[in-house]
Amino acid sequence: MNGLTPPTAGASRAGARLPGARRAQGVAWLVFGAFLIAFPALFTNPTITSIAVFTLIFMTSTTAWNAFSGYSGYLALGHAAFFGTGAYTLAVLTTDLHTPGGYGVFWFVPLGGVVASLAAIPVGLVALRTRRHTFVVITIAIFFIFQLLATNFSFTGSSSGEQTPTPSWSAAGYNDRFYYAALVCLAIALALAVLIRRSRFGLQLLAIRDDEDRAAGLGVRVTRVKLVAFVVSAFSVGMVGAVYAYFLGQIYPQFAFDPLFDLTIALMAFLGGLGTLSGPLLGAMLLEPLQQYFTLQFSAGDVYLIVYGALFLVVILLMPRGIVPAVTDFVATRRVRRSNLAEQVALGQGGTQEVASGPAVADQVQAVPGGA
Amino acid sequence: MTALLEVAGVSKAFGGLRALDDCSLSVAEGAIAGLIGPNGSGKTTLFNVITGYVRPDAGSVSVRGETVTGSSPARLFSLGVGRTFQLTRIFGRLSVMENMLVATQRHEGWLRSVLRRAASAAEVNHALELLDFVGLTRLADLPAANLSYGQRKLLELAYVLVADPQVILLDEPAGGVNPTLVNEIRDRIVELNASGKTFLIVEHNMEFVMQLCADITVMHQGRAILHGPPSVVRTDQRVLDAYLGGDEDDEELDDDVAVG
Repeated sequence: MNGLTPPTAGASRAGARLPGARRAQGVAWLVFGAFLIAFPALFTNPTITSIAVFTLIFMTSTTAWNAFSGYSGYLALGHAAFFGTGAYTLAVLTTDLHTPGGYGVFWFVPLGGVVASLAAIPVGLVALRTRRHTFVVITIAIFFIFQLLATNFSFTGSSSGEQTPTPSWSAAGYNDRFYYAALVCLAIALALAVLIRRSRFGLQLLAIRDDEDRAAGLGVRVTRVKLVAFVVSAFSVGMVGAVYAYFLGQIYPQFAFDPLFDLTIALMAFLGGLGTLSGPLLGAMLLEPLQQYFTLQFSAGDVYLIVYGALFLVVILLMPRGIVPAVTDFVATRRVRRSNLAEQVALGQGGTQEVASGPAVADQVQAVPGGA
Repeated sequence: MTALLEVAGVSKAFGGLRALDDCSLSVAEGAIAGLIGPNGSGKTTLFNVITGYVRPDAGSVSVRGETVTGSSPARLFSLGVGRTFQLTRIFGRLSVMENMLVATQRHEGWLRSVLRRAASAAEVNHALELLDFVGLTRLADLPAANLSYGQRKLLELAYVLVADPQVILLDEPAGGVNPTLVNEIRDRIVELNASGKTFLIVEHNMEFVMQLCADITVMHQGRAILHGPPSVVRTDQRVLDAYLGGDEDDEELDDDVAVG
């Protein structure tokens, strides 16, 4: 949350992360990365690794979505258009070029990202002319246009969909290739998110979230900033969509362009914490396995939707800003309360300064998601 | 002295309402110019036209002789026209320092802006100097939403200064601010003016305007009806009529905060 303030800023910083806490955070990320890399060695059950692949796909998509919507406050509900574009790019090209199944197919994954981001340019130019609710509705509408096109064009196989090459890998460890391909996509999406967050570009996005017109009046070229973030976000989603197509072996318009995908990644980001780095990851890791579990347990595949709906209500009621900000706040508030107490004992009085409200309130105001 | 900012014959209508009607105004370089008028007389609309937020139906705006009518707010800011808002507009969820850095101008492509860190040490130091100038250094790392109303006004002034503008438009700098802070804001304006900055100030606090501005333009019903020093403005019959015989006091209700 405080990550953007440069370390050279000399003033005292209430509620800031201590260097120790920062190091602990770095270690936590390293452990998390190591766990993700070692995962296929620890779990060999194909059911579990299959769930893991889907989870990684959603972790990537949610991270990429958050790097646009979470930072800029523009809630896009049409990223499935880019997911499907990536998926179809791989499926159509490998079919037309008669690419044999195997590792070679993975070369089409970055291509899926490129085509998705190219598609995002005109979409962004149109949709980003609108704001707030209108923007949400426009992105949904554009998404359905993509779905209709995929259903009706002959080169996409119309409603019967498109096959991807079948690799001749043995069943043991079959999923691992897709797992690592998705993991690379996640690494790229995370790297892009971190890069944006630390850069001046990211600062401009956050300024747009708070007050777009004011940002424009301070020299921020808002249209360009929004469009670049939108396109970058579509790139990662398109890549992981291509992995998804190859993993499934067969894609259909209604699944590659799935409106539920839009709602799911948004819900994951909201659950974990909109605009944070770890929140979307956490949200995806909680919800996607849950969905897969429900799908496996109850043959009626839509039970999870009821759970999603209920969960969404609980999140809004109890943690409207998501898990990560809620927990961070809780910890910060406790720390400040403890240090204030120590100060009071030392000074013999309430040691608060002229600033009206303490850092706990500060964090709350800072992290309200989305709207004005 | 040459005119730094020149507004010629600007008109703007919102539906049937003529917010600006052939309005002209010029601000000399190095001046602290005042802009007064009853509520709804078009002051804020004129600000919006000058800073590119509103495109005029007719007329032109020029800065140092260069016509800038209809340019984007971002471009006008980079041309050296800075502006604060009547109701302060800061980035509440960013820290005070981050607010400052948003305004830092840097000419670079989008790729570089993604790859480079948000601010260099020099940019941070410059921002800290300006925060020091308005007395907010202590609060640099607080979310801007925590600042008081007056502190927000100071922050707005500070981040407009980041880009080193030539002319600064202040929309009610003293409105709704406690008297001590009003003095603080006035001192800062005088100091900046001494270092060469030009100001155009909209303000309802007459004492504030009369003390600060050598040059006052009075607006009424979308027109500039009078231009002159405080002594003339104070006694002119048209000004008294505009204020006392006013018939459109229901506009811009939030203007009322700090009259007198």
